[in-house]
Amino acid sequence: MAKRDGSTKDLATRNNQASELVPSEAPSELLRELVAHLRQNRTQLREEWVGRISEARLLTAMTKEEIFAEATSVYDSYVEALETETYEDLQNYARNLSERIIPRGVETHEVVGIVLLLRDVLARSLFAKYQTDFKKLNRILDAYEPAANRIANTVAVGFVQERERVIRQQQEAIRELSTPVLQVRERLLILPIIGVIDPQRARQLTEQLLRGIRTNRAKVVVIDITGVAAMDVTVANHLVQTVEASRLLGATVIVTGLSPEIAQTLVTIGVDLGKMNTVGDLQGGIEQAERLLGYKVMAVAEAR
Amino acid sequence: MEVPILKQGEVLIATFQAALSDADLENLRRGLLQQVVRFRSRGVIVDVTAMDVMDSFASRTLREIAHMIRLRGAETVIVGIQPEVAFAMVQLGMTLEGVATALDLEEGLAYLIEKFKSID
Repeated sequence: MAKRDGSTKDLATRNNQASELVPSEAPSELLRELVAHLRQNRTQLREEWVGRISEARLLTAMTKEEIFAEATSVYDSYVEALETETYEDLQNYARNLSERIIPRGVETHEVVGIVLLLRDVLARSLFAKYQTDFKKLNRILDAYEPAANRIANTVAVGFVQERERVIRQQQEAIRELSTPVLQVRERLLILPIIGVIDPQRARQLTEQLLRGIRTNRAKVVVIDITGVAAMDVTVANHLVQTVEASRLLGATVIVTGLSPEIAQTLVTIGVDLGKMNTVGDLQGGIEQAERLLGYKVMAVAEAR
Repeated sequence: MEVPILKQGEVLIATFQAALSDADLENLRRGLLQQVVRFRSRGVIVDVTAMDVMDSFASRTLREIAHMIRLRGAETVIVGIQPEVAFAMVQLGMTLEGVATALDLEEGLAYLIEKFKSID
């Protein structure tokens, strides 16, 4: 019920506005007037905007000159988007800008912040210009606000999309680097794991290891997790499953380099320690693996 | 489809050809037990290389076969579990605990021969 009331009321105001608009200019004409105003006062408004940016301590990663240069082109694209009511150029510009500033550590809130600041600065100047003619001010704002919001939206979305693209790219790069399965002796593999393990990476590690066991005909595998600071319960369970799956392929797994935190996690989830073969460090692990495989490593002098 | 059981010295070798029905698995269990008794075998190798899916019934039957053969005084090795199958089995909690496993037939034979030596 309430919703219907709201919509009828909404409709009523819109009708009202429409009837008010009839005798005067169409919205596009208003926008044109608006753009002319913004072009005229370009220097002053731009400077005020840059002032507000530094006041709000945004874009601290950039120098004053850089901010001014970017501000100029953002201002021009902004006015152009208002004029043409097409947002593709602006979108491209936003993407291009994001590409340049993301590596410098500019945050999402800063980008959104500066666009909103520009919107406010321009709105203020419109207030100042039309304060004597309240009705006209209303109409101008009616034309300005949706366009300005759309611009802010476009820039913010462009920035976030670019950021996500960068993140995806980096994730892929890390994934490619992250999982070497190495043969150190015949039938002995080591799998050094470094960094954070998320469920997806854990899955990939398992797949590579099991395939490695098959292709290298490995009998013993040493998984070294010295480089893993912590793992959550899901990943710890996954590790245990990897150990069991390797056993089904006939390989013994030795896990080395458990940090105290990981040891705690494993104890908390109640791992059957009979199934897990663990050794303190990688050296100890490899030595034990050699014993299992029947190797005996000694100094040449001793052997004589 | 019947699973052929081959005799190689003291060892019996059963090779799964493809996906098996539950009835085939029952037959295999009966057949293996009878042959272990008849040939006085000391070891059994079950080769599952050709299986690309392992359901819980198959997994349980394999475990039962291994335990029953142990009661007859012989050793069982399951060989040739595919990597994907192994991980799927573990995720479903079918870990064949207490059953020896090896990479392939060759490894399985080596394991059994090693085992016989340690007993002798």
